Amino acid sequence: MPFETSSTPAVPTTGDDRLLEVVGLSSHYGPVCAIHQVDLSVGAGELVAIVGGNGAGKTTLLHTLSGLRPISTGQIRFDGQDISRWSPHRIVAAGVCQVLEGRQVFASLSIEDNLRLGGYRQRHDPVWLRAQQEHVYSLFPILAERRQQLAGTLSGGQQQMLAIGRALLGRPRLLLLDEPSMGLAPLLVEEIFRVIVELNRCGVTILLVEQNARAALAIAGRGYILETGRIIKTAQAAELLADDDVRRAYLGY
Amino acid sequence: MRLAGFYIFAAVVALLPVLFPDNYFVVVVGTSAGLHVILAVGLNLLIGYAGQISLGHAAFFGLGAYASAILSTRFDWPSLLALVAGLIAAGLIAWVFARPILRLRGHYLAMATLGFGIIAHVIMVQATQWTGGPDGLAGIPPLNLLGWQVDGDLQWYGVIAAAMLLVVWLSLNLVDSQVGRALRAVHGSEFAARMMGIDTARTKTQAFVVSAVFAAFAGSLFAHQQAFVSPDSFNLTVSVELVTMVVLGGLASTFGAVCGAIALTLLQQGLVVFEDYEMLIHGALLMAVMIFMPQGLFVGLTQAAHRLGSTLARSKFRRSLD
Repeated sequence: MPFETSSTPAVPTTGDDRLLEVVGLSSHYGPVCAIHQVDLSVGAGELVAIVGGNGAGKTTLLHTLSGLRPISTGQIRFDGQDISRWSPHRIVAAGVCQVLEGRQVFASLSIEDNLRLGGYRQRHDPVWLRAQQEHVYSLFPILAERRQQLAGTLSGGQQQMLAIGRALLGRPRLLLLDEPSMGLAPLLVEEIFRVIVELNRCGVTILLVEQNARAALAIAGRGYILETGRIIKTAQAAELLADDDVRRAYLGY
Repeated sequence: MRLAGFYIFAAVVALLPVLFPDNYFVVVVGTSAGLHVILAVGLNLLIGYAGQISLGHAAFFGLGAYASAILSTRFDWPSLLALVAGLIAAGLIAWVFARPILRLRGHYLAMATLGFGIIAHVIMVQATQWTGGPDGLAGIPPLNLLGWQVDGDLQWYGVIAAAMLLVVWLSLNLVDSQVGRALRAVHGSEFAARMMGIDTARTKTQAFVVSAVFAAFAGSLFAHQQAFVSPDSFNLTVSVELVTMVVLGGLASTFGAVCGAIALTLLQQGLVVFEDYEMLIHGALLMAVMIFMPQGLFVGLTQAAHRLGSTLARSKFRRSLD
């Protein structure tokens, strides 16, 4: 359920209640294999992190999940449906919303218009949109103060908030976050991650992709380690944080 | 109020012939400017809002004109029916070509639309048995609106002004709708637009079709008004002029396109007195505007008016202190 039903308790499940299931997924740039035979799953209500270094294929993986990149082999199932070959707008309409790497807010439009665009697929439900918009403003009060300001004039952190808020107006059943910490000051990273946890607690299922492994694994329930396009390890986030290899490679101690 | 600008504009358009009856610049040049406004406002939806270039838009202008001309002269269709047929034909052709053409970006899109415009022009010149070839088609009957035959400069001014105001009003409303926001999203970032759930291919196609239909509307009115069409009115130069109007007036602003269309029409008329130097001055003025008002005439002039206003207010304030 979308997160406006904030009364619903979070149910972090790893069992059979799989919202997203990816099997043997590969994607190529020409002859170059960017992600190779990736298996992963996200249960309803979970917060799952995928961590990996530069060029590991994290963004490519998210792009294939949203239909922005064609897949070579494998299957993506969302809520029991095979969405592998769906077009992006159809996937969004089904409830898979992505916050793209680098925010990608519409710089020449106001904050309000950016949010309205986020609700493009929900435009037949203006009552819900209005309520959800106010919810986003209460989540990020700084945006509420500047509704008519152009998004391009916001700072990086504010743009990240706008990008997340905009995705929330798409009524996500699964929220894909691509490096929300990128280029942000540590305090802002903390703020953004606090909101991510809060959203998850309110029932939004989240798949978080991050280079900042420590921060991501600290808030996630489970984690995957992606290296040169392959999943090399998966476990509970706490286990990964304690794992010697992971610590050496990604946490730097 | 959102449409305040529109009502002011409509009032000015309505008052001009009352204040200056039988003035050549108002009723003749004004009519021509009105057609240009329809063309520029339509093209602005594509260029200014959706961020897609078309260097062949005269093709749709010509399509509307020739559809009206051929159907009303060779098949004796009533002019209003011919006009509507022209709009539908333009919309259909734009729809068919939009998907393959709008997959392209930047320079490639410019090339493809350029080619489209050139092919359309070649057809107008070569398909002699239909179009009359380079000599064109004469004897097109005037517009007949449910029994009222449009006749004389002043009546044409009224009809074209009404058509123009309709187009401007439609454009203002479209731009402020979800479709308009989707267009601007596609312009901003196609990837991000897709992540909003926008079908970008469909949105671009819609913009292309609407701007083609507006162009055909202008073309059809033009044909009935002039009673004559020839390929020269729809060549590459015209396509480039249309783009110039949109850029000159200011991208992504309906009133910018209005300004650009009126300014360029007046410029072309006003510079005739310079004879041989006409094109030289024309080009120099365009360059000057783009250098000093890179956001276009509309924004540039509005800001200048604001500055003037505040300067006047300040000097008035100072005088009151003396």
